[in-house]
Amino acid sequence: MKSFRSTNDYVASEELIQAVNIAMTLEKPLLIKGEPGTGKTMLAQAAADALERRLIIWNIKSTTKAQDGLYVYDVVQRLYDSQFGGKAVDNIAQYIRLGKLGEAFSAEEPVILLIDEIDKADLEFPNDLLWELDRMEFHIPETGETIRARQRPVVIITSNAEKELPGAFLRRCIFHYIEFPDPEQMEKILRVHFDKLDDKLLQQSMEAFYYLRSLDGIEKKPSTSELVDWVRALQVSGIPVSRIRKEIPFAGVLLKKDKDIETMKRRLR
Amino acid sequence: MFIGFFYLLKLRGFGVSLTEWVTLLDGLLFGLHGSTFTGFYQLCRAVLVKSEADYDKFDRIFLEYFKDVPYESDDLPEELLRWLEKPQEVMEAFRAFLKEQGYEQKDIDEILKMFEERLKEQKEEHNGGSYWIGTGGFSNFGHSGHSPQGIRVGGVSRYRRAFQVAGERRFRDFRTDNVLDTRQFQMAFRLLRQYSDQLPDLEPEFDVDGTIRATADNGGILKVKYKKPRTNTVKLLMLMDSGGSMAYYSRLCSQLFQAAESSNHFKELHIYYFHNCVYGHLYSDPRLTWSGRVPTDWVLKNYGSEYKLILVGDALMDMYELKGSGYGYYYDRSEKSGWEQLRRLRKQYEHSVWLNPEEAPMQGGYWGQSYFHIADIFPMYRLTLDGLKEAMHALLVQK
Repeated sequence: MKSFRSTNDYVASEELIQAVNIAMTLEKPLLIKGEPGTGKTMLAQAAADALERRLIIWNIKSTTKAQDGLYVYDVVQRLYDSQFGGKAVDNIAQYIRLGKLGEAFSAEEPVILLIDEIDKADLEFPNDLLWELDRMEFHIPETGETIRARQRPVVIITSNAEKELPGAFLRRCIFHYIEFPDPEQMEKILRVHFDKLDDKLLQQSMEAFYYLRSLDGIEKKPSTSELVDWVRALQVSGIPVSRIRKEIPFAGVLLKKDKDIETMKRRLR
Repeated sequence: MFIGFFYLLKLRGFGVSLTEWVTLLDGLLFGLHGSTFTGFYQLCRAVLVKSEADYDKFDRIFLEYFKDVPYESDDLPEELLRWLEKPQEVMEAFRAFLKEQGYEQKDIDEILKMFEERLKEQKEEHNGGSYWIGTGGFSNFGHSGHSPQGIRVGGVSRYRRAFQVAGERRFRDFRTDNVLDTRQFQMAFRLLRQYSDQLPDLEPEFDVDGTIRATADNGGILKVKYKKPRTNTVKLLMLMDSGGSMAYYSRLCSQLFQAAESSNHFKELHIYYFHNCVYGHLYSDPRLTWSGRVPTDWVLKNYGSEYKLILVGDALMDMYELKGSGYGYYYDRSEKSGWEQLRRLRKQYEHSVWLNPEEAPMQGGYWGQSYFHIADIFPMYRLTLDGLKEAMHALLVQK
């Protein structure tokens, strides 16, 4: 059950916790940016666990429209029912399917809504959600119903550090940038993931890891999750600890690009 | 009242909107600063800064403004404490501030009403402990061991003081003086649109959603819907200076190119390159290869006056390169001078602009001459986000 534990235990920096608190108290969406592998998505899970709230995840894809998050009116199902179902179809409300945002609004208990990787969507997407996130409500013309948040959900939004988001959207958010963990914090993270960890192995692997990250030529820097996998591989293989830093075995776990592995080999020689 | 901080941020070019400022004051009333200076710093940063690229800039301004606060203690500056003890004074000061900023009485009342409600709420909830921040730290985010599934905090004594954090300037690497990125370019290009469903040559297209809806409403008897497609009618011709003095701006230009290429909402987009100035030939390749040569006459003949023209270049060259005839990249001696070619372009394309990555040179200088001659022909805009937006507007408006 190790992997399950790793999502429950989450090492957050003081500043991050402060940012979450600020966002919750001021009832503003929290925008989280940071390098891949710094636990942006996991933060929402951890916050949900800590606050004992349900977590609703809205994964954004390039084709996602703001409307998808609100509701979809399933006219075809209604037609089908009217012809073959023998069901009364006067009640349109039963064919309105709420999206993730609608689900979060209509929940009885306060929930946490994670809008994951918002920058993947169309350029206008964040702006299209401004009103709904501000007022925490939207209108369904088909039924004349207004979905209003019963309990204001905590909204956590993640974005990759590469792209800009529209200004009007940013002004409404609380922002936090998750820094890449320093060695001290990384050690804590690793200890959370492993019950038993040889100190020597830990020290050697961390040294190798931060050495790789410091190399100029590396295009895709290894991240936390890759380090965890790597340490696991090292543990299982039983390779002598003294060889870890010198040879960096199983480098393929850390580096995903052929070019990066080449660079590493050249430097190690 | 630390309104001075607001002004200093503005003065240093750090845009803070009123919404954000009110949010910050709100946060203070909630006690989110936790009565420490570090907490205050963190609150300011979380509310006012919206990009890691700005962290460093913010840190510098923060240090500049609060430099008189004793370094050793982590207490709030007196100014701030006074402020927090007498919220009523805060209101008045804030009202005066808003007036000074030129807000209407009506808007001021509205903003302050929200504020008043907060104050009332705060009084009622005083020490009630139902807010997130309890007296003993963060109520819901206990330290490890507090609750089995709690967020683990990296140890209690790890609080770092505001000065330490701000003074470290850990985010220096993120500073970017290159303000524009592809996305911002793309947003600017989006301005360039003239939607129409009235184009005669467009076939009406099958409206899937409309048909489903209409059929369902029609009791299942098929009712087909068509709609005229709404398309952008803008056709764009882009000519970019390549090589030479433009090498400094190659990154910027390639971003502009990528943005134009990927914003596929133009009806047509054609990009050609030139060196220094437009002469007898244009090139379809930025390396200006021989095989990619296209006569300028051909371009003029094939792309009619309905095209919008964007020229990108620094417009800096020797005067004889502009006015003299017989110049060209491959010594393809053209009869007409670059000056004449540019005038031909301007004459054909009513909607045309020149984007320049370079600032306007000093008037009267030797290098500057060509700039002003070209600015006489084409409206010249800087290749910055604002400049690009202005240029896009200019392209849409009939001049």
